[in-house]
Amino acid sequence: MELLAFGDTGWGDELFYATLMTIAVAITAMIIGFFFAIIFTPLKLSKNKFLNLIANSYTTVIRGVPELLVIYLFFFGGSAAIMFVASIFGYGEYIEINAFMTGAFSIGIISGAYSTEVFRGAIQSIDKGQFEAANVLGLSKFGKFFKIILPQTLRLALPNLSNVWQITLKDTSLISVTGLVEIMRQSYVAAGSTRDPLFFYSFAAVLYLLLTFLSMKLINRLEAKYSRGY
Amino acid sequence: MDFELMISSFPKLLNAAIVTLKLLSVSLIIGLFIGLLFAILRLNKNVFVNKFAYGYSYLFRGTPLLVQIFIIYFGLGQIEYLRSTFLWVILKEPYWCAIIAFALNTGAYTSEILRSAFQTIKPGIIEAGKSLGISNKIIFYKIQIPIAIRQSLPAYGNEIILMMKGTSLASTVTLMDLTGVAKYIISTTFRPVEVFIVAGGIYLFMTFVIHNLIKFLEKKYSFNS
Repeated sequence: MELLAFGDTGWGDELFYATLMTIAVAITAMIIGFFFAIIFTPLKLSKNKFLNLIANSYTTVIRGVPELLVIYLFFFGGSAAIMFVASIFGYGEYIEINAFMTGAFSIGIISGAYSTEVFRGAIQSIDKGQFEAANVLGLSKFGKFFKIILPQTLRLALPNLSNVWQITLKDTSLISVTGLVEIMRQSYVAAGSTRDPLFFYSFAAVLYLLLTFLSMKLINRLEAKYSRGY
Repeated sequence: MDFELMISSFPKLLNAAIVTLKLLSVSLIIGLFIGLLFAILRLNKNVFVNKFAYGYSYLFRGTPLLVQIFIIYFGLGQIEYLRSTFLWVILKEPYWCAIIAFALNTGAYTSEILRSAFQTIKPGIIEAGKSLGISNKIIFYKIQIPIAIRQSLPAYGNEIILMMKGTSLASTVTLMDLTGVAKYIISTTFRPVEVFIVAGGIYLFMTFVIHNLIKFLEKKYSFNS
Protein backbone atom coordinates (compact mmCIF):
# COMPACT_ATOMS: atom_id res chain seq x y z
CA MET A 1 0.00 0.00 0.00
CA GLU A 2 2.98 2.30 0.56
CA LEU A 3 3.40 2.40 -3.20
CA LEU A 4 0.03 4.08 -3.54
CA ALA A 5 0.58 6.74 -0.86
CA PHE A 6 -0.31 10.28 -1.80
CA GLY A 7 2.53 12.79 -1.71
CA ASP A 8 6.21 12.35 -2.48
CA THR A 9 6.59 8.84 -1.16
CA GLY A 10 4.01 7.03 -3.24
CA TRP A 11 2.30 7.03 -6.61
CA GLY A 12 -1.26 7.58 -5.39
CA ASP A 13 -1.64 11.22 -6.40
CA GLU A 14 0.17 10.71 -9.71
CA LEU A 15 -2.14 7.84 -10.61
CA PHE A 16 -5.15 9.85 -9.50
CA TYR A 17 -4.27 12.71 -11.85
CA ALA A 18 -3.47 10.20 -14.59
CA THR A 19 -6.97 8.75 -14.17
CA LEU A 20 -8.45 12.23 -14.53
CA MET A 21 -6.36 12.64 -17.68
CA THR A 22 -7.70 9.38 -19.10
CA ILE A 23 -11.26 10.55 -18.43
CA ALA A 24 -10.53 13.96 -19.97
CA VAL A 25 -9.03 12.43 -23.13
CA ALA A 26 -11.88 9.94 -23.47
CA ILE A 27 -14.57 12.61 -23.11
CA THR A 28 -12.81 15.01 -25.49
CA ALA A 29 -12.34 12.21 -28.02
CA MET A 30 -15.98 11.20 -27.72
CA ILE A 31 -17.09 14.82 -28.36
CA ILE A 32 -14.73 15.14 -31.35
CA GLY A 33 -16.17 11.82 -32.53
CA PHE A 34 -19.69 13.25 -32.32
CA PHE A 35 -18.64 16.16 -34.52
CA PHE A 36 -17.36 13.70 -37.11
CA ALA A 37 -20.56 11.69 -36.79
CA ILE A 38 -22.68 14.84 -37.29
CA ILE A 39 -20.78 15.52 -40.52
CA PHE A 40 -20.60 11.98 -41.87
CA THR A 41 -23.98 10.48 -40.90
CA PRO A 42 -25.93 12.76 -43.29
CA LEU A 43 -23.36 11.97 -45.99
CA LYS A 44 -23.93 8.26 -45.42
CA LEU A 45 -27.69 8.64 -45.66
CA SER A 46 -27.51 11.00 -48.63
CA LYS A 47 -28.73 9.83 -52.03
CA ASN A 48 -25.69 11.36 -53.70
CA LYS A 49 -23.28 8.54 -54.65
CA PHE A 50 -20.19 10.72 -54.32
CA LEU A 51 -21.04 11.89 -50.78
CA ASN A 52 -21.78 8.27 -49.90
CA LEU A 53 -18.37 7.25 -51.15
CA ILE A 54 -16.62 9.86 -48.99
CA ALA A 55 -18.47 8.81 -45.83
CA ASN A 56 -18.03 5.11 -46.56
CA SER A 57 -14.31 5.43 -47.13
CA TYR A 58 -13.96 7.28 -43.83
CA THR A 59 -15.74 4.62 -41.80
CA THR A 60 -14.20 1.69 -43.70
CA VAL A 61 -10.61 2.92 -43.50
CA ILE A 62 -10.77 3.92 -39.84
CA ARG A 63 -12.53 0.74 -38.76
CA GLY A 64 -10.23 -1.48 -40.83
CA VAL A 65 -6.89 -0.05 -39.75
CA PRO A 66 -5.38 -0.55 -36.26
CA GLU A 67 -5.88 2.32 -33.81
CA LEU A 68 -2.16 2.38 -33.12
CA LEU A 69 -1.35 3.06 -36.78
CA VAL A 70 -3.81 5.99 -36.82
CA ILE A 71 -2.20 7.38 -33.67
CA TYR A 72 1.27 7.11 -35.22
CA LEU A 73 0.00 8.93 -38.33
CA PHE A 74 -1.16 11.90 -36.26
CA PHE A 75 1.69 11.74 -33.78
CA PHE A 76 4.36 11.91 -36.47
CA GLY A 77 2.36 13.74 -39.11
CA GLY A 78 0.13 16.03 -37.07
CA SER A 79 2.38 19.02 -36.59
CA ALA A 80 3.73 18.73 -40.14
CA ALA A 81 0.16 18.89 -41.48
CA ILE A 82 -0.72 21.89 -39.34
CA MET A 83 2.52 23.65 -40.31
CA PHE A 84 1.67 23.03 -43.96
CA VAL A 85 -1.75 24.62 -43.53
CA ALA A 86 -0.20 27.52 -41.58
CA SER A 87 2.42 28.06 -44.30
CA ILE A 88 -0.40 28.61 -46.82
CA PHE A 89 -1.52 31.50 -44.64
CA GLY A 90 2.03 32.81 -44.50
CA TYR A 91 3.07 31.51 -41.10
CA GLY A 92 6.43 29.79 -41.41
CA GLU A 93 7.47 29.09 -37.83
CA TYR A 94 7.57 25.70 -36.14
CA ILE A 95 4.29 24.70 -34.55
CA GLU A 96 4.10 21.96 -31.99
CA ILE A 97 0.76 20.51 -31.01
CA ASN A 98 0.61 18.98 -27.59
CA ALA A 99 0.19 15.31 -26.85
CA PHE A 100 -3.30 15.84 -25.47
CA MET A 101 -4.66 17.29 -28.69
CA THR A 102 -2.91 14.71 -30.87
CA GLY A 103 -4.26 11.92 -28.71
CA ALA A 104 -7.79 13.24 -28.35
CA PHE A 105 -7.97 13.98 -32.06
CA SER A 106 -6.74 10.58 -33.23
CA ILE A 107 -8.97 8.68 -30.79
CA GLY A 108 -11.78 11.09 -31.72
CA ILE A 109 -11.48 10.25 -35.42
CA ILE A 110 -11.67 6.55 -34.56
CA SER A 111 -14.57 7.04 -32.17
CA GLY A 112 -16.33 9.15 -34.81
CA ALA A 113 -16.27 6.32 -37.34
CA TYR A 114 -18.03 4.01 -34.88
CA SER A 115 -20.49 6.74 -33.83
CA THR A 116 -21.33 7.43 -37.48
CA GLU A 117 -22.28 3.78 -37.98
CA VAL A 118 -24.36 3.82 -34.80
CA PHE A 119 -26.30 6.95 -35.79
CA ARG A 120 -26.81 5.69 -39.33
CA GLY A 121 -28.24 2.45 -38.00
CA ALA A 122 -30.45 4.26 -35.50
CA ILE A 123 -31.89 6.69 -38.05
CA GLN A 124 -32.48 3.89 -40.55
CA SER A 125 -34.35 1.82 -37.99
CA ILE A 126 -36.84 4.60 -37.25
CA ASP A 127 -40.23 3.69 -38.65
CA LYS A 128 -41.00 5.28 -42.01
CA GLY A 129 -44.37 6.34 -40.66
CA GLN A 130 -42.65 8.77 -38.31
CA PHE A 131 -41.14 10.66 -41.25
CA GLU A 132 -44.44 10.60 -43.09
CA ALA A 133 -46.41 11.75 -40.04
CA ALA A 134 -43.98 14.65 -39.57
CA ASN A 135 -44.49 15.61 -43.20
CA VAL A 136 -48.25 15.42 -42.85
CA LEU A 137 -48.10 17.70 -39.81
CA GLY A 138 -46.37 20.23 -42.01
CA LEU A 139 -43.28 20.51 -39.83
CA SER A 140 -40.28 22.30 -41.27
CA LYS A 141 -37.16 20.30 -42.12
CA PHE A 142 -35.48 21.38 -38.89
CA GLY A 143 -38.56 20.86 -36.77
CA LYS A 144 -38.95 17.41 -38.25
CA PHE A 145 -35.38 16.48 -37.44
CA PHE A 146 -35.04 18.01 -33.97
CA LYS A 147 -38.53 17.30 -32.62
CA ILE A 148 -39.35 13.94 -34.17
CA ILE A 149 -36.30 12.10 -35.50
CA LEU A 150 -33.48 13.09 -33.14
CA PRO A 151 -35.19 12.19 -29.82
CA GLN A 152 -36.03 8.75 -31.17
CA THR A 153 -32.58 8.33 -32.66
CA LEU A 154 -30.98 9.03 -29.30
CA ARG A 155 -33.04 6.36 -27.60
CA LEU A 156 -32.17 3.77 -30.23
CA ALA A 157 -28.52 4.81 -30.41
CA LEU A 158 -27.77 4.89 -26.68
CA PRO A 159 -27.03 1.19 -26.11
CA ASN A 160 -24.63 1.14 -29.06
CA LEU A 161 -23.14 4.50 -28.13
CA SER A 162 -22.32 3.03 -24.75
CA ASN A 163 -20.28 0.39 -26.59
CA VAL A 164 -18.52 3.16 -28.52
CA TRP A 165 -17.76 4.87 -25.22
CA GLN A 166 -16.24 1.67 -23.81
CA ILE A 167 -14.09 1.26 -26.95
CA THR A 168 -13.03 4.92 -26.78
CA LEU A 169 -12.17 4.65 -23.09
CA LYS A 170 -10.00 1.59 -23.69
CA ASP A 171 -8.41 3.12 -26.79
CA THR A 172 -7.08 6.02 -24.70
CA SER A 173 -4.54 3.57 -23.25
CA LEU A 174 -2.85 3.56 -26.68
CA ILE A 175 -2.10 7.28 -26.45
CA SER A 176 0.54 6.38 -23.86
CA VAL A 177 2.87 5.73 -26.84
CA THR A 178 2.88 9.48 -27.51
CA GLY A 179 4.02 10.26 -23.97
CA LEU A 180 0.78 11.75 -22.67
CA VAL A 181 0.64 10.98 -18.95
CA GLU A 182 -2.57 9.00 -18.57
CA ILE A 183 -3.12 5.78 -16.60
CA MET A 184 -0.99 3.56 -18.83
CA ARG A 185 1.91 5.98 -19.16
CA GLN A 186 1.95 6.75 -15.43
CA SER A 187 1.92 3.03 -14.60
CA TYR A 188 4.78 2.51 -17.02
CA VAL A 189 6.81 5.22 -15.29
CA ALA A 190 5.91 3.94 -11.82
CA ALA A 191 6.66 0.34 -12.81
CA GLY A 192 10.03 1.40 -14.18
CA SER A 193 11.14 3.33 -11.15
CA THR A 194 9.91 0.89 -8.50
CA ARG A 195 10.64 -2.28 -10.50
CA ASP A 196 7.21 -3.54 -9.63
CA PRO A 197 5.42 -3.82 -12.98
CA LEU A 198 3.04 -6.57 -11.84
CA PHE A 199 1.56 -4.38 -9.13
CA PHE A 200 1.26 -1.20 -11.18
CA TYR A 201 -0.15 -2.76 -14.34
CA SER A 202 -2.63 -4.76 -12.27
CA PHE A 203 -3.59 -1.54 -10.52
CA ALA A 204 -4.01 0.11 -13.93
CA ALA A 205 -6.32 -2.75 -14.90
CA VAL A 206 -8.35 -2.14 -11.73
CA LEU A 207 -8.61 1.58 -12.56
CA TYR A 208 -9.88 0.79 -16.07
CA LEU A 209 -12.37 -1.74 -14.67
CA LEU A 210 -13.59 0.91 -12.24
CA LEU A 211 -14.02 3.42 -15.06
CA THR A 212 -15.90 0.99 -17.31
CA PHE A 213 -18.05 -0.16 -14.37
CA LEU A 214 -18.98 3.37 -13.29
CA SER A 215 -19.72 4.52 -16.81
CA MET A 216 -21.93 1.46 -17.35
CA LYS A 217 -23.97 2.43 -14.27
CA LEU A 218 -24.30 5.99 -15.54
CA ILE A 219 -25.29 4.94 -19.04
CA ASN A 220 -27.90 2.51 -17.71
CA ARG A 221 -29.56 5.41 -15.92
CA LEU A 222 -29.49 7.50 -19.09
CA GLU A 223 -31.03 4.62 -21.02
CA ALA A 224 -33.80 4.33 -18.47
CA LYS A 225 -34.41 8.05 -18.80
CA TYR A 226 -34.64 8.03 -22.59
CA SER A 227 -36.78 4.89 -22.66
CA ARG A 228 -39.48 6.29 -20.43
CA GLY A 229 -42.77 6.02 -22.17
CA TYR A 230 -41.85 2.73 -23.86
CA MET B 1 4.29 12.29 -51.97
CA ASP B 2 7.38 10.13 -51.92
CA PHE B 3 6.39 7.29 -54.22
CA GLU B 4 9.85 5.76 -54.16
CA LEU B 5 9.59 5.26 -50.40
CA MET B 6 6.15 3.73 -50.83
CA ILE B 7 7.48 1.22 -53.34
CA SER B 8 10.64 0.42 -51.40
CA SER B 9 8.82 -0.07 -48.10
CA PHE B 10 6.10 -2.26 -49.60
CA PRO B 11 8.06 -5.58 -49.49
CA LYS B 12 9.24 -4.88 -45.94
CA LEU B 13 5.70 -4.20 -44.80
CA LEU B 14 4.39 -7.22 -46.67
CA ASN B 15 6.88 -9.42 -44.81
CA ALA B 16 5.75 -7.88 -41.55
CA ALA B 17 2.14 -8.61 -42.48
CA ILE B 18 3.05 -12.31 -42.36
CA VAL B 19 4.05 -11.85 -38.70
CA THR B 20 0.69 -10.15 -38.10
CA LEU B 21 -1.19 -13.02 -39.76
CA LYS B 22 0.75 -15.60 -37.75
CA LEU B 23 -0.03 -13.82 -34.47
CA LEU B 24 -3.66 -13.50 -35.53
CA SER B 25 -4.20 -17.09 -36.59
CA VAL B 26 -2.47 -18.70 -33.60
CA SER B 27 -4.29 -16.53 -31.07
CA LEU B 28 -7.64 -17.01 -32.83
CA ILE B 29 -7.30 -20.81 -32.74
CA ILE B 30 -6.38 -20.86 -29.03
CA GLY B 31 -8.98 -18.16 -28.32
CA LEU B 32 -11.74 -20.18 -30.00
CA PHE B 33 -11.12 -23.11 -27.66
CA ILE B 34 -11.00 -20.82 -24.62
CA GLY B 35 -14.16 -19.09 -25.82
CA LEU B 36 -16.05 -22.35 -26.35
CA LEU B 37 -14.96 -23.65 -22.94
CA PHE B 38 -16.06 -20.49 -21.13
CA ALA B 39 -19.31 -20.25 -23.08
CA ILE B 40 -20.16 -23.76 -21.87
CA LEU B 41 -19.15 -22.80 -18.32
CA ARG B 42 -21.42 -19.75 -18.55
CA LEU B 43 -24.38 -22.01 -19.32
CA ASN B 44 -23.59 -24.21 -16.32
CA LYS B 45 -26.25 -24.12 -13.62
CA ASN B 46 -23.67 -24.11 -10.81
CA VAL B 47 -23.55 -20.49 -9.61
CA PHE B 48 -19.87 -20.64 -8.73
CA VAL B 49 -18.79 -21.95 -12.15
CA ASN B 50 -21.12 -19.51 -13.82
CA LYS B 51 -19.78 -16.49 -11.89
CA PHE B 52 -16.20 -17.56 -12.53
CA ALA B 53 -16.77 -17.60 -16.30
CA TYR B 54 -18.58 -14.26 -16.12
CA GLY B 55 -15.72 -12.76 -14.09
CA TYR B 56 -13.20 -13.88 -16.68
CA SER B 57 -15.08 -12.31 -19.57
CA TYR B 58 -15.80 -9.14 -17.56
CA LEU B 59 -12.15 -8.74 -16.60
CA PHE B 60 -10.81 -9.13 -20.12
CA ARG B 61 -13.51 -7.07 -21.81
CA GLY B 62 -13.36 -4.27 -19.27
CA THR B 63 -9.63 -3.56 -19.49
CA PRO B 64 -7.57 -2.42 -22.48
CA LEU B 65 -5.63 -5.09 -24.36
CA LEU B 66 -2.45 -3.06 -23.80
CA VAL B 67 -2.74 -3.51 -20.02
CA GLN B 68 -3.21 -7.24 -20.48
CA ILE B 69 -0.10 -7.56 -22.63
CA PHE B 70 1.96 -5.49 -20.19
CA ILE B 71 0.82 -7.52 -17.18
CA ILE B 72 1.76 -10.76 -18.92
CA TYR B 73 5.01 -9.55 -20.50
CA PHE B 74 6.42 -7.23 -17.81
CA GLY B 75 4.43 -8.35 -14.78
CA LEU B 76 4.59 -12.13 -14.71
CA GLY B 77 8.38 -12.17 -15.05
CA GLN B 78 8.52 -10.56 -11.65
CA ILE B 79 7.19 -13.63 -9.86
CA GLU B 80 10.29 -15.54 -8.73
CA TYR B 81 8.49 -18.85 -8.61
CA LEU B 82 7.47 -18.66 -12.28
CA ARG B 83 11.06 -18.11 -13.31
CA SER B 84 12.03 -21.53 -11.97
CA THR B 85 9.26 -23.44 -13.76
CA PHE B 86 9.09 -24.57 -17.35
CA LEU B 87 6.54 -21.80 -17.99
CA TRP B 88 9.41 -19.35 -18.03
CA VAL B 89 10.58 -20.75 -21.36
CA ILE B 90 7.32 -19.44 -22.82
CA LEU B 91 6.91 -16.30 -20.73
CA LYS B 92 10.31 -14.83 -21.50
CA GLU B 93 9.48 -14.71 -25.20
CA PRO B 94 7.57 -11.56 -26.21
CA TYR B 95 6.02 -13.56 -29.07
CA TRP B 96 4.33 -16.05 -26.73
CA CYS B 97 3.38 -13.37 -24.21
CA ALA B 98 1.60 -11.48 -26.96
CA ILE B 99 -0.16 -14.64 -28.11
CA ILE B 100 -1.27 -15.51 -24.56
CA ALA B 101 -2.67 -12.01 -24.09
CA PHE B 102 -4.42 -12.02 -27.49
CA ALA B 103 -5.83 -15.51 -26.99
CA LEU B 104 -7.20 -14.71 -23.52
CA ASN B 105 -8.66 -11.44 -24.83
CA THR B 106 -10.33 -12.88 -27.92
CA GLY B 107 -11.40 -15.87 -25.81
CA ALA B 108 -13.39 -13.55 -23.55
CA TYR B 109 -15.18 -11.89 -26.47
CA THR B 110 -15.71 -15.22 -28.24
CA SER B 111 -17.26 -16.73 -25.11
CA GLU B 112 -19.83 -13.91 -25.05
CA ILE B 113 -20.60 -14.38 -28.74
CA LEU B 114 -21.02 -18.15 -28.39
CA ARG B 115 -23.01 -17.86 -25.17
CA SER B 116 -25.60 -15.61 -26.77
CA ALA B 117 -25.68 -17.95 -29.78
CA PHE B 118 -26.36 -20.94 -27.50
CA GLN B 119 -29.12 -19.01 -25.79
CA THR B 120 -30.87 -18.09 -29.01
CA ILE B 121 -31.18 -21.71 -30.16
CA LYS B 122 -34.89 -22.45 -30.24
CA PRO B 123 -35.89 -24.94 -27.51
CA GLY B 124 -37.95 -26.77 -30.13
CA ILE B 125 -34.79 -27.93 -31.89
CA ILE B 126 -33.42 -29.51 -28.71
CA GLU B 127 -36.82 -31.01 -27.92
CA ALA B 128 -36.99 -32.46 -31.42
CA GLY B 129 -33.64 -34.13 -30.79
CA LYS B 130 -34.84 -35.50 -27.47
CA SER B 131 -38.05 -36.87 -28.94
CA LEU B 132 -35.96 -38.72 -31.51
CA GLY B 133 -34.23 -40.42 -28.58
CA ILE B 134 -30.85 -38.80 -29.11
CA SER B 135 -28.73 -38.59 -25.96
CA ASN B 136 -28.06 -35.19 -24.38
CA LYS B 137 -24.37 -35.44 -25.20
CA ILE B 138 -24.98 -36.05 -28.89
CA ILE B 139 -27.61 -33.29 -28.96
CA PHE B 140 -25.01 -30.92 -27.56
CA TYR B 141 -22.19 -31.87 -29.91
CA LYS B 142 -24.15 -32.60 -33.07
CA ILE B 143 -27.00 -30.10 -32.81
CA GLN B 144 -26.30 -27.26 -30.39
CA ILE B 145 -22.64 -26.59 -31.21
CA PRO B 146 -23.04 -26.53 -35.02
CA ILE B 147 -26.09 -24.26 -34.79
CA ALA B 148 -24.35 -21.96 -32.30
CA ILE B 149 -21.30 -21.68 -34.55
CA ARG B 150 -23.48 -20.80 -37.53
CA GLN B 151 -25.45 -18.25 -35.48
CA SER B 152 -22.32 -16.54 -34.24
CA LEU B 153 -20.56 -16.28 -37.63
CA PRO B 154 -21.37 -12.59 -38.31
CA ALA B 155 -20.37 -11.49 -34.80
CA TYR B 156 -17.30 -13.69 -34.89
CA GLY B 157 -16.28 -12.13 -38.19
CA ASN B 158 -16.26 -8.74 -36.48
CA GLU B 159 -14.22 -10.20 -33.67
CA ILE B 160 -11.60 -11.53 -36.13
CA ILE B 161 -11.24 -8.04 -37.62
CA LEU B 162 -11.03 -6.44 -34.16
CA MET B 163 -8.40 -9.00 -33.20
CA MET B 164 -6.42 -8.32 -36.37
CA LYS B 165 -6.30 -4.68 -35.33
CA GLY B 166 -5.43 -5.79 -31.81
CA THR B 167 -2.31 -7.64 -32.99
CA SER B 168 -0.83 -4.22 -33.76
CA LEU B 169 -0.18 -3.94 -30.00
CA ALA B 170 2.44 -6.65 -30.33
CA SER B 171 4.69 -3.85 -31.55
CA THR B 172 4.71 -2.43 -28.01
CA VAL B 173 6.53 -5.51 -26.74
CA THR B 174 9.30 -5.32 -29.36
CA LEU B 175 7.66 -7.59 -31.95
CA MET B 176 8.08 -6.40 -35.52
CA ASP B 177 4.60 -6.92 -36.90
CA LEU B 178 3.04 -4.75 -39.62
CA THR B 179 2.48 -1.80 -37.26
CA GLY B 180 5.91 -2.24 -35.64
CA VAL B 181 7.71 -2.09 -38.99
CA ALA B 182 5.50 0.80 -40.13
CA LYS B 183 6.41 2.75 -37.00
CA TYR B 184 10.10 1.98 -37.54
CA ILE B 185 9.98 3.24 -41.13
CA ILE B 186 8.03 6.35 -40.09
CA SER B 187 10.47 7.22 -37.31
CA THR B 188 13.51 6.81 -39.58
CA THR B 189 12.15 8.59 -42.67
CA PHE B 190 9.59 11.01 -41.12
CA ARG B 191 7.16 10.18 -43.88
CA PRO B 192 4.04 9.19 -41.89
CA VAL B 193 1.48 9.69 -44.64
CA GLU B 194 3.19 7.51 -47.25
CA VAL B 195 3.85 4.68 -44.80
CA PHE B 196 0.32 4.94 -43.43
CA ILE B 197 -1.12 4.57 -46.92
CA VAL B 198 0.91 1.43 -47.66
CA ALA B 199 0.54 -0.22 -44.23
CA GLY B 200 -3.11 0.83 -43.94
CA GLY B 201 -3.72 -0.52 -47.44
CA ILE B 202 -2.35 -3.92 -46.43
CA TYR B 203 -4.54 -3.94 -43.30
CA LEU B 204 -7.58 -2.95 -45.35
CA PHE B 205 -6.86 -5.71 -47.83
CA MET B 206 -6.72 -8.25 -44.99
CA THR B 207 -9.97 -6.85 -43.55
CA PHE B 208 -11.55 -7.16 -46.99
CA VAL B 209 -10.47 -10.80 -47.37
CA ILE B 210 -11.67 -11.77 -43.87
CA HIS B 211 -14.96 -9.96 -44.39
CA ASN B 212 -15.67 -11.78 -47.64
CA LEU B 213 -14.55 -15.13 -46.27
CA ILE B 214 -17.06 -14.82 -43.43
CA LYS B 215 -19.75 -13.72 -45.87
CA PHE B 216 -19.02 -16.78 -48.00
CA LEU B 217 -19.22 -19.07 -44.96
CA GLU B 218 -22.46 -17.44 -43.86
CA LYS B 219 -23.98 -18.12 -47.26
CA LYS B 220 -22.65 -21.66 -47.40
CA TYR B 221 -24.06 -22.58 -44.00
CA SER B 222 -27.24 -20.55 -44.18
CA PHE B 223 -30.40 -22.31 -42.98
CA ASN B 224 -32.76 -21.32 -45.74
CA SER B 225 -30.85 -22.22 -48.84
